[in-house]
Amino acid sequence: MASIRLSVPSKAASGDVIELKALIQYPMESGYRRGSRGEAIARDIITKFECTYDGEVIFKASFGPGVAANPFLSFHTVATKTGTITFKWTHQHGEVWSDSAEIIVT
Amino acid sequence: MIRIALAALIIISACGRQSAGPDPIPEINAEDVVSGYSFLTAETQALQDDDFANPGFLWVDRGERLFESTQGVSQSCSSCHSDGLVGAAATFPKIDPASGALINLEGRINMCRKDHQQADQLPYTSDELLSLTSYTAHQSRGMPINVDTIGQAAKHLSAGEDYFFTRRGQFNLSCAQCHNQSWGQKLRGDTISQGHGNGFPAYRFEWQSMGSLHQRLRDCDTGIRAEPLPYGDQTYVDVELYLAARAAGLKLESPAVRR
Repeated sequence: MASIRLSVPSKAASGDVIELKALIQYPMESGYRRGSRGEAIARDIITKFECTYDGEVIFKASFGPGVAANPFLSFHTVATKTGTITFKWTHQHGEVWSDSAEIIVT
Repeated sequence: MIRIALAALIIISACGRQSAGPDPIPEINAEDVVSGYSFLTAETQALQDDDFANPGFLWVDRGERLFESTQGVSQSCSSCHSDGLVGAAATFPKIDPASGALINLEGRINMCRKDHQQADQLPYTSDELLSLTSYTAHQSRGMPINVDTIGQAAKHLSAGEDYFFTRRGQFNLSCAQCHNQSWGQKLRGDTISQGHGNGFPAYRFEWQSMGSLHQRLRDCDTGIRAEPLPYGDQTYVDVELYLAARAAGLKLESPAVRR
């Protein structure tokens, strides 16, 4: 299980622009490097990120081999309703890691 | 008579690094001592200052989970250290009173695992040990480095100092030539720092990971094409003590972000 850190405000007023931040621990091995004995190190990366707010996709991203280890994302959305914000990362071979946070909108 | 005088001269010149060569390298003036932080770009400083974005906190978080969970047969770190270990990391390396040996934070954690938790020894480069040192060091963040250098520690301090001022490797460079004499100047695209360890364990972009001070020392030795010492080597622990004494008063920054 990869370590995940999320930053979501616990409450907001309706219509507020809120900042969401997400960090996941992952080596993001590019596939272009070689080990100390000259052997190729296989590519091992997260390829997709998706953030949903109460089931609706509000942000998504595709990662390539050029993305640094432990990718960090920060983006904004408008607080519309009380609900769950879910962050989901998908590995190149389909494995999925996700975590979520609740927000109360008044 | 001449022979005695000559012998005395040889002894004098063999003692102390001040007389080691025609052009001795001085220490950094106390008022000029600054953390590696001041040699970073504004963007890297901002990353270190943001407790969310700073990737070092991935290790601090994991360290906290390990600290709270049962290790070995009996207990967690927090069953003894219920208030954490605030301030402890700023005083390492230190002499273990029982054995008289100089040990660093890694050594101290493994000693606790053996003596109090009956847990297996964590390898020096394991993510678990790195997480525990990161968590412990983070608890002393902002506190001035304050190591004991007298008594039994004195000989370790001078061994560390010797290593720092001794030229080595194919480039025939000493630590002091870069970090005492040339700090602030450019080495290719980088600004040479003063070589303090107050940010470690630190997240380095070059590693794309958190790493220990010994990993950094090994990189420096490799950089000057010298044979790096093994992780946890006593000489590196001595160097760690010398670096801490040299950085006395600087605030501990772990988890720092470095290039």
